[in-house]
Amino acid sequence: MTIFNQVLLKPWEETGLTEQPLRFSGSTHAADKRVALKVFLGVVSVLFILLIVAYAGRMGYEDWRPAPEIKLLWVNTAALLLGSISLELARYSVKRVKINLLYISLFGAGLFTLFFLYGQYQAWLQLASMTYFKVNNPAIAFFYLITSLHGMHLIGGLIVWGGILIRMMDKFDAQNIHQSIELCALYWHFLFLVWLILFGLLFTGNNLDYLLIICGIKS
Amino acid sequence: MTYVAHDETAYVTPTEVGEMELYHPKTFIGKYIWSQDAKVIAIQYAIVAISIGLVALVLSWIMRLQLAFPNTFSFIDPSNYLQAVTMHGMIMVVYLLTALFLGGFGNYLIPLMVGARDMVFPYLNMLSFWIYLFAVLLLVLSFFVPGGPTGAGWTLYPPQAILKGSPGATWGIILMLVSLAFFIIGFTMGGLNYVVTILQARTRGMTLMRMPLTIWGIFTATILALLAFPALFVSAVMMLFDLLLGTSFFMPALITMGKQASYTGGNPLLFQHLFWFFGHPEVYIVALPAFGIVSDLFSVHARKSIFGYRMMVWAIVGIGALSFFVWAHHMYVSGMNPYFGFFFATTTLIIAIPTAIKVYNWTLTLWQGNIHLSLPMLFAIGFLFSFLHGGLTGLFLGNVSVSVPLSDTMFVVAHFHMVMAVAPVMVVFGAIYHWYPKITGRMLNERLGKIHFWSTFIGTYAIYLPMHYLGFLGVSRRFYSISGTNFIPESVHSLNIGITLAALFVGASQLLFLYNIVRSYFNGTPSGPNPWNATTLEWQTSETPPQHGNFGAELPLVYRWAYDYSVPGVEADFIPQNMAPHEVKHSSIGLGST
Repeated sequence: MTIFNQVLLKPWEETGLTEQPLRFSGSTHAADKRVALKVFLGVVSVLFILLIVAYAGRMGYEDWRPAPEIKLLWVNTAALLLGSISLELARYSVKRVKINLLYISLFGAGLFTLFFLYGQYQAWLQLASMTYFKVNNPAIAFFYLITSLHGMHLIGGLIVWGGILIRMMDKFDAQNIHQSIELCALYWHFLFLVWLILFGLLFTGNNLDYLLIICGIKS
Repeated sequence: MTYVAHDETAYVTPTEVGEMELYHPKTFIGKYIWSQDAKVIAIQYAIVAISIGLVALVLSWIMRLQLAFPNTFSFIDPSNYLQAVTMHGMIMVVYLLTALFLGGFGNYLIPLMVGARDMVFPYLNMLSFWIYLFAVLLLVLSFFVPGGPTGAGWTLYPPQAILKGSPGATWGIILMLVSLAFFIIGFTMGGLNYVVTILQARTRGMTLMRMPLTIWGIFTATILALLAFPALFVSAVMMLFDLLLGTSFFMPALITMGKQASYTGGNPLLFQHLFWFFGHPEVYIVALPAFGIVSDLFSVHARKSIFGYRMMVWAIVGIGALSFFVWAHHMYVSGMNPYFGFFFATTTLIIAIPTAIKVYNWTLTLWQGNIHLSLPMLFAIGFLFSFLHGGLTGLFLGNVSVSVPLSDTMFVVAHFHMVMAVAPVMVVFGAIYHWYPKITGRMLNERLGKIHFWSTFIGTYAIYLPMHYLGFLGVSRRFYSISGTNFIPESVHSLNIGITLAALFVGASQLLFLYNIVRSYFNGTPSGPNPWNATTLEWQTSETPPQHGNFGAELPLVYRWAYDYSVPGVEADFIPQNMAPHEVKHSSIGLGST
C-alpha cells in the first residue's frame, strides 16, 4: 500500500492487526540505512538546488561577470565518472562473488575520486592564478564555495569507503560488504549527477543563462 | 464502531519487526553521559535546551528593563541591548524550541509511541546531541570574546551583521555562524534518525494512520527542518566567506567608517531570501510538534477521540508543504515586485485554512468531552487561546497593505511571540506535566502547577496584549531608546513599565516550575504506569520509567488507533492501542457489537 493510500484509511473504523502488512515490515538495519541515505540525499539535493538558485538569482544583475572556464574540469568530470563506474563494477563483482575484481574496482573507485579531488584543487589554483581572478567576483566565489561543498561530501564518502576497505581486510562478510557497497555506489552516482549538473549549468559556458531564457525567466 | 477481528490471534513471526541489537553499557558514564538510549539523550537535550533558554530569558529581562526604565541601568548600553535582542531571539527559536521539541520530545516519544526499542541509529543519535551541545557552547563562548556576541538582530541581515560598528561584528558573528552550522549538522543526524525510525521501526499493527498526532507533528516538522536548514547552512557559510575571505555574496559596494570597503556588488536581498526560506518553515518546525502534542493532550484529558483525525493529519502535512511557499511575506518592505507580494500574501492566507481546521477540530474535541481540568489540559487550553490570538494577528501581517505600516513595530513582536513563543511554550509545559510521570514515575505537584499556569497565562497576556497597541502607535522594535520621538505619546512609557513588570513576573514564575520539577523528582506522589488512563504505547510499558529497550521481552502489537476514548459499550473509558479486541471488556449498557 502506498503512503498516499495509507493516509486515506479510516483508522477509527477498523480494529485488529492489519491484514495488509506494513509497507516496511521486515525492516532490517540494511533497509534502515538505505532509507536514511535516500533521505540524506534529499537534504543534499536541497542544499545544491539552493546554491544553483542563488547563483541564478545573482546572475540577473548587470554587474555579473562569468568566471573564466577551466578546461581541467573536463578531466576531473571524467575521473569522477570513472569513480562512479568503478563502484558500479564493485557492486556487480560483490554480487557475483568475484573477489579480485571487487578489490580492484573498489580500490579504483577511491583512487579516481582522490584524483578528482586533487584535480579540483588544481582547478582552484589555476583560477587563482588567472588575470581575471578577483575574490569579490561572485561567480568566482560561487565556484570555490560550490566545489568545496561538493568536495566535502565526497570526502565524507571516502571516509566510508575507507571503512569498507578496512572491514574487507579485517573480516570478509559478503552480505555486509554487499550492503555497504550498494549504498556507497548510490551515493557516488548521486554526487556524480550533482557534479554533472553543477558543471553543465554553472561552470562551462553560459548554460544556466540559456536555460533561464528558455524557461522564460530571463529575457 | 465495527470490529474487524480478522487476524487478531494470527501468529506473528518474530522477524516481522526486526529486533534491534542495543548497546547496554554498565558504567554510569556509559548510561547517562555517552548514552545511546534515546530517552537519556532526550533528557540531555531538554536540560541543555532549557538551560540555554534560561539565559535567553534573562536577556529578555535586560531588554525589558531598558525599555521601561531608560538611562537607569549602567550595564545596559546600546550595544549590549542589541546583543541581548539578537541572542534572545536566536536562542529561543533555534537552540531552545527546535532542540526541545525535536531533540527532546522527539527522542523521548518517537521510539516509545511507535513501539520501537530505540532510534534506528543510536550512535548517530548520541553524536547528534554532542554536536548540539558543542554548538551551544560555541554560542555561549561568544559572550566572552572581544566585542561580545553579535548584535545584528536574530535575522543576522548583512551588510550590517559583519560591518564594523555593529556589536560583535568580528568574533561574535563568526561564532554565531559556526555554531549554527554545527547545530544544523547535529540536527541532520538526529533528524535522519527520527524520520527513519518512524518509517522503518514501527511495531506490527502501527500503520501510519494509527500513529498518534504527536508523532505526525514531529515527523512532518523533522522533514521540514531537514529541507529548510540547508538554506540557513548555505547562508551561514556564504556570510562567513564574505567576512573571512572577502567574497561579495551578500555585501554590496559600500562606504563604511568613511572608507570604501573592498566589497563589490553583493546582494543583501539574496541573504534575506535564503534566511526566510529557512525562517518561515522554522515557525512550523516549532509549531507542528506543538500541534501534534496538544491534539493528544486534548484527547486524553477530555476523554474523547480527537475530532477529525484524518483531517488533522492532512492539515499537518498541508501546513508543512505550504510553509515553503510563503517566506517572502517577511520581506514586504525589503523591496520586491508587487506581483510577488500578491503571490506571497495569497499563499500566506491559504495556510490559514488548514490551521483553522485544526483549531476547529481541537474545539470540537472539547465539545461535550469529559473535560478534566488537569494541568496538561489547562496548558492545552492556554495554547488554544494564545495560538488563536497570534494566528489572527497573522492575518493582519500576511496582507501586504496592512503589513507595510506595521512592519518593524512592536505589533510584529507581539504577534510572533503569541504564535510561536507563548503558544508552543504552553504546549511544552503541558507536555512536561503530561509525560513527567512516565519519565520519572512521579506526579508533579498540582498546586504549584496551577500557580505556574495562571501566572504564565495571565502574565504573558499582560506582556503581549498591550504590545499590540504599542505597535499600532508606531513604536519600533529593536530600538534602544524611543525618547525624543514626538509621535509617541507619554502613555507608551507607562505601558512599557507595565509590560516589563509582567515580564519580570512571568520569568520569575518559571522558577516555580523548575522547583516543582526538582522537588517532585524526589518527593512527588508515585504515578503508577498510566496515571492519565491514556491509550498510547508509551503508557503501556512494563516498567515506569521505561528501561533501555522500552518494552519487555516482546514488542507490543497494535490493534487500534490512538484515540479509543469513551467508546460506547466498553467498560473502561479508554482502550490501549495494544489491547486485542477479545481482551476488551464490554458493559451491558451501550452498543457492544463484537
